[in-house]
Amino acid sequence: MAVIFQGVGAAAALASSPSNSFDSNKSVFAPRRSFSVRKGASFAVVRSDGTVNLNPKDRRAQLLISNAVATKADSAAASSSSKPGHELLLFEALLEGLEEEMERDPHVCVMGEDVGHYGGSYKVTKGLAKKFGDLRVLDTPIAENSFTGMGIGAAMTGLRPVVEGMNMGFLLLAFNQISNNCGMLHYTSGGQFTIPIVIRGPGGVGRQLGAEHSQRLESYFQSIPGIQMVACSTPYNAKGLMKAAIRSENPVILFEHVLLYNLKERIPDEDYICNLEEAEMVRPGEHVTILTYSRMRYHVMQAAKTLVNKGYDPEVIDIRSLKPFDLFTIGNSVKKTHRVLIVEECMRTGGIGASLTAAITENFNDYLDAPIMCLSSQDVPTPYAGTLEEVTVVQPAQIVTAVEQLCQ
Amino acid sequence: MSTAFSAANFSTQSFPLNHTSTTTHDSPLVFAKPTSQFLRSTPKLRLSSFSKLNLSRRSGTVVAVSDVVKQKKSKSTPTLLITKEEGLELYEDMVLGRAFEDMCAQMYYRGKMFGFVHLYNGQEAVSTGFIKLLKQQDSVVSTYRDHVHALSKGVPARAVMSELFGKTTGCCRGQGGSMHMFSREHNLLGGFAFIGEGIPIATGAAFTSKYKREVLKEADCDHVTLAFFGDGTCNNGQFFECLNMASLWKLPIVFVVENNLWAIGMSHLRATSDPQIYKKGPAFGMPGIHVDGMDVLKVREVAKEAIGRARRGEGPTLVECETYRFRGHSLADPDELRDPAEKAHYAARDPITALKKYLTENNLASESELKAIDKKIDEVVEDAVEFADESPVPPRSQLLENVFADPKGFGIGSDGRYRCEDPKFTQGTAHV
Repeated sequence: MAVIFQGVGAAAALASSPSNSFDSNKSVFAPRRSFSVRKGASFAVVRSDGTVNLNPKDRRAQLLISNAVATKADSAAASSSSKPGHELLLFEALLEGLEEEMERDPHVCVMGEDVGHYGGSYKVTKGLAKKFGDLRVLDTPIAENSFTGMGIGAAMTGLRPVVEGMNMGFLLLAFNQISNNCGMLHYTSGGQFTIPIVIRGPGGVGRQLGAEHSQRLESYFQSIPGIQMVACSTPYNAKGLMKAAIRSENPVILFEHVLLYNLKERIPDEDYICNLEEAEMVRPGEHVTILTYSRMRYHVMQAAKTLVNKGYDPEVIDIRSLKPFDLFTIGNSVKKTHRVLIVEECMRTGGIGASLTAAITENFNDYLDAPIMCLSSQDVPTPYAGTLEEVTVVQPAQIVTAVEQLCQ
Repeated sequence: MSTAFSAANFSTQSFPLNHTSTTTHDSPLVFAKPTSQFLRSTPKLRLSSFSKLNLSRRSGTVVAVSDVVKQKKSKSTPTLLITKEEGLELYEDMVLGRAFEDMCAQMYYRGKMFGFVHLYNGQEAVSTGFIKLLKQQDSVVSTYRDHVHALSKGVPARAVMSELFGKTTGCCRGQGGSMHMFSREHNLLGGFAFIGEGIPIATGAAFTSKYKREVLKEADCDHVTLAFFGDGTCNNGQFFECLNMASLWKLPIVFVVENNLWAIGMSHLRATSDPQIYKKGPAFGMPGIHVDGMDVLKVREVAKEAIGRARRGEGPTLVECETYRFRGHSLADPDELRDPAEKAHYAARDPITALKKYLTENNLASESELKAIDKKIDEVVEDAVEFADESPVPPRSQLLENVFADPKGFGIGSDGRYRCEDPKFTQGTAHV
């Protein structure tokens, strides 16, 4: 099986078969741009934009950093492919990915509330019912637990359903099925039944949607054994992750964010997927590793602008794979910068940041110069009032302060 | 046993008694007609209302299926419901179920199997009556009381016993246990520990069947799914949600309620506002049938009709089987709450004894033939125990093997390789 890493040229990009038998001979990751360094030694660092910095610890000399804004390594490579690509919004990218997979494999079907005739409450399934019919794009009654279970039963018997939670929070009603059946059934059946289901939906704090519509379920689901969780943040990785999730034989939960659906980006015309288990290097840097995902990536990048002006050089990684963590990308970064800041939208207690802190401490403790800092949302039901909602989630100013503190 | 309600409750729940239509001789079925318009009922169903004929519990005034059958048999020339082969097949299946469960109890008390073990003694007629009508491609979904459903569906007794012993030769490699029997080959989709959570799975399997026929254009795909569950489950949301969806999309599924009146120590009558579960079918637009679940022939007749409906694409059916478990809820249940008179009443209606009587009285089989089957089954069960005893326990390396269908799901380790490549993974000593 060819694993397609984002940004690798078009020739290798087209995945042939949906089966995921693992071939250990193929490399599963593209060469990284980070270099492992030893603490305290003097060295020259070749940066991603080609400039060479002879003394990385001298922050003042780095005022000429050109790529302060998010330059994704993948999009740079993507635009080097032959076709110019096309521009679209994130929800259209999801739709495109879903539609391509449905054309490719007639077993792929969609189930959820208002996915059919209504086109999806966030238009991710717009037009699909007309094209594929009412059975393939199934409008379900409001019964999350049961239709998620129905999706799991369908997956066990040969279909590849994509179940939509109109809002991620509604999937709390499906927790029974997601935990007991989706996650565990492959194991308790001794490997007899696979569950190639994708469960997706928008979550996260929106604009004054109230507490129940502003939930982040990644922390609740992360303990369930047997599932994978990914969070998309750009149109490029939204389409790539959607396709990879559908092709995967494992149950995958794809977290989208309510406020990111209208992001615009130019994506390649050709077929590509984003590896489900890998993190994305957003902005290589030297001083501090900032790990983030979903909407907080944009708050981090905004803070990065400020930080760059102040002379810092943050390395920003969008972890993308919430379960399992990509310890290679993260580890390489920690080994380079020795300082870690986690910025997430999850709540403080038992969130993704908490797990990530534990994982990094366990694996890379020797490389840390300072304790890991984790900025999460407050452990508060999201208030309706705008002023209060704003301070519930992490804002760029807090990120700047945290980096300054960390780099003292 | 005295109950908290009176016969007055029943008379208020009126039923369309005055609808009749022609009947056929060989379908002694009594259906509850759905009162909504959109479901066109087949004219050969006779309609009347009835309730359970349990004299100690209520004073119903209406006709139960058993009476109808008796009347029919006395009026017309005796038409047997089964052939000799079918009769022997049914007998053997029920005896296998009974002998197997009795052996489970023995093995449990000898410390060969552990945890929660729920035995099916007394309910064999339901499993045999329904599952023996299925093809291999049809699916069965059960609950934690699933050993006999597995056996009826064709899972070898050896595989089930090994699974109970926790051996690697079990049908689920020892990873599932008593409450999670699965078989891909025989389309047994589990074995679920939480009540009600199998019903959506069954609905999904039925959905796949319809999808295959209508979207994938496999015109001959008429696979049916049976969902078995108990009376306690019928108060659970998933039950009602799935009745709705199955009826809405006319899915090829039969919902089989094994009403044994008790959910551990909770009497069905104390838990349910309207204890007549079959009446809940018409509320969702599907026929609801009540049948004597201690009589395998009656169950089989009802099952034929319900499965036939599903196969023809006419939609789901709700079948309530009045049955009883002779043992406690599980082997850990002291079973102190149930009235001995109730137990005696149902023990007298043992389905195996009843079938034996039917076979011998109608000269379909001789005593010696049935005894030969008993002996054969004893050997099968003994062999299963021996096989399970001699089978190896799962090695440590099996621990991480089936967590993901695609083991890349364990992620990328700090050395850049997928963690599943790490030799500790195949040894089962890696920490995930």
